[in-house]
Amino acid sequence: MNKRFTRILATSIAAAALMGSLAACGKGSASATSEGGNEITMWTHNAGNPDELAAIKSVVDSYNKSGAAKAQIKVQAFPQESYNDSVVSAAAAGKLPCIVDIDGPNVPNWAWAKYLTPLKLSVDLSKNLPSTVAKWEGETYAVGYYDVALAMFARASDLKAAGIRAATVEKPWTKEEFQDALTKLKALGKWQYPLDMGTAGTGEWLPYAYSPLLQSFGGDLVNRDGFQTADGALNSDKAVEWAAWFRGLADQGFMAKKSGKDSTQDFLNNKSGIVYTGSWAADKARKALGKDLAVMPSVDLGNGPKIGGASWQWGVTSGCKNSEAAMDYLSYSLKPENIAAVAKATGTIPATDEAAALLPAFAEGGDNRVFMELSRQQAVMRPETPAYPFIATEYGKAVQDILAGADPKTVLDKAVKAIDANIKSNGGYKN
Amino acid sequence: MTTTQLPSRRPAAPAPDGTTPAAARRKRPRHLREQLSGWGMIAPAAVLLLAFVFLPAILGFGLAFTNARLISPRPVEFVGTDNFARLFTDPTFWRALLNVSYFAVVVVPVQSGLALAMALLINKKFRGVNFFRTLYFLPVVTSMVVVSLLWLFMYRKDGLINELLSTFSFGLIPGADWLNDPATAMPAIIALSIWQAAGFHMIIWLAGLQSISGELYEAAQLDGASRWHQFRYVTWPGLKHTRTLVLVTITIQALGLFDQVSVMTQGGPLDSTTTIIYEAVRSGFKQQETSYASAISLVFFVLVLLISAVQRYLTREKD
Repeated sequence: MNKRFTRILATSIAAAALMGSLAACGKGSASATSEGGNEITMWTHNAGNPDELAAIKSVVDSYNKSGAAKAQIKVQAFPQESYNDSVVSAAAAGKLPCIVDIDGPNVPNWAWAKYLTPLKLSVDLSKNLPSTVAKWEGETYAVGYYDVALAMFARASDLKAAGIRAATVEKPWTKEEFQDALTKLKALGKWQYPLDMGTAGTGEWLPYAYSPLLQSFGGDLVNRDGFQTADGALNSDKAVEWAAWFRGLADQGFMAKKSGKDSTQDFLNNKSGIVYTGSWAADKARKALGKDLAVMPSVDLGNGPKIGGASWQWGVTSGCKNSEAAMDYLSYSLKPENIAAVAKATGTIPATDEAAALLPAFAEGGDNRVFMELSRQQAVMRPETPAYPFIATEYGKAVQDILAGADPKTVLDKAVKAIDANIKSNGGYKN
Repeated sequence: MTTTQLPSRRPAAPAPDGTTPAAARRKRPRHLREQLSGWGMIAPAAVLLLAFVFLPAILGFGLAFTNARLISPRPVEFVGTDNFARLFTDPTFWRALLNVSYFAVVVVPVQSGLALAMALLINKKFRGVNFFRTLYFLPVVTSMVVVSLLWLFMYRKDGLINELLSTFSFGLIPGADWLNDPATAMPAIIALSIWQAAGFHMIIWLAGLQSISGELYEAAQLDGASRWHQFRYVTWPGLKHTRTLVLVTITIQALGLFDQVSVMTQGGPLDSTTTIIYEAVRSGFKQQETSYASAISLVFFVLVLLISAVQRYLTREKD
């Protein structure tokens, strides 16, 4: 009898303990974001990038220690893969922190969802790189310390051997020159595929890397006049031309339908002659190749070379109880030395000229100055509409289908139909 | 659970002469207490299941008839069967259904057959049998994501599989670009899935084989039955219940194909490897269309329910 009773008791205690610990878990994560007293929380995506996280933390520390701090900032870092999911679930539970970082093209989506509040900063953003300031419906919702720029890397010695001129910012390659260059490089017989466009990439890489090529042809992801339809932009004749050209690069044996996992490393291992990558790979490539590295702008496919704009940026949430302090911190963090420190740690393009002047590589005449010019002259923002995350997935799938050999017009028409249906079912994404 | 209950049950079993009124009265509260302790033991699992499986499932069924989105400032509205109308006119959904059927039709017989063959091989007493058991079971304890990543490299055009093919055929078979060709992508995923999961069903078969009494085999041998006849008339009928279990679990597992596709092909090339679950995850999370993803899940639930019901009916006890 007694024994049985203890057994029941033990079971119930175990069950209660389990429920209790579950409840504690829930409470734990809730209290992590609750902002008691004079403390506000800031979320970042860079838990997997120690250099960037350390740079951000040192900016925060210097703000917290400065006498003028209106609140103490507390940093919480997430791995990039789960960052967006964390923000979305926190928003659903009404537990967003005061300051969040956001991938630039998602800003309109989050602003539309009322996650973000327009920024009221005490600093002038008009001189910042345009692609580091995220605007939607006339308001600024987020600002970044840096941007990145797409470019093509080659070995100057290979170009010389094939008898090709190196493209420059002033005089990029035209479509014909590019075709000619690839033919000559292939004729050298050094590589199976002379060109690596990073076709193994997935997710946001697909629209980031390949929609600028589409835009250079004269097409676009969506009709930017009102952002109500993709018809006539993503399935225009120009877009079909882009698709046929892109697919042609694979058909002619210039590039692999699916490249290796790490395009930069493959290029450095001499598995390709030209690699389509970005400013983030420049330091590594320069270290390996030295003066032999040729950094070239993207190809002019008709309407001038284009590259994608906007990287990670900072915004203030609409539920923030101490938004004055959040704005104050962001204004403080945009000082040139802070921007320079973050850009240095991440190997990215600093958002302002003042910050660039503090970094030898980005100052006038510096090795990486070219990326700043590319960003200023060629960056096209991904469509500033709340529909962007949907458009990105449809476009990404279209790119993969086109590479796999589907009929371009059919694929693009299907993507247009899906995008238009999505815009319509969201009431045009109007405020 | 049974082992902890056993000692408590033994005194409760009434002696043949214990039918006096007093004994009956003593039995009732004991019975109640046993019931209580039973519920107590079920409670943790039941609460967790309820909170994390049943409730979300029921909510999901409700969401399928609305226009709910992952991120949206707009209020959720009831839209009737709009999501289902869209789903049934979406060619990608039908393609996903076809792919899953293809996968299941190949995987169910091949995987269960292979698992049975492996179980028969290791259901013997010889030196090092445990070594082989471990070896066959090893892929099961490896995460499917890890397995998929490894096979991703093996399936590359210059990967291990093509190298082996060309070496052993003296260069006669060039080898395909397995995962990037719509014709070979699904078979490639099927092969890896069978390799990964067969070990698990081997263990179930093995348990079934070991529950067959050795006397039956002895009797069969005395009657002069050949090895084939022993298998056909002793082993096969003895595995009746195991068979049902293996059939149902492999079918459900096959219909829920997701990890491999998500890691290796993302549904491509040209939708040749997309699956129902993959489409649900893609629309629910990547495209933020919670309601549409719920509709896909509801259809998937009904489908699995129907197929399992048919299987249960076909494998029922006939007497």
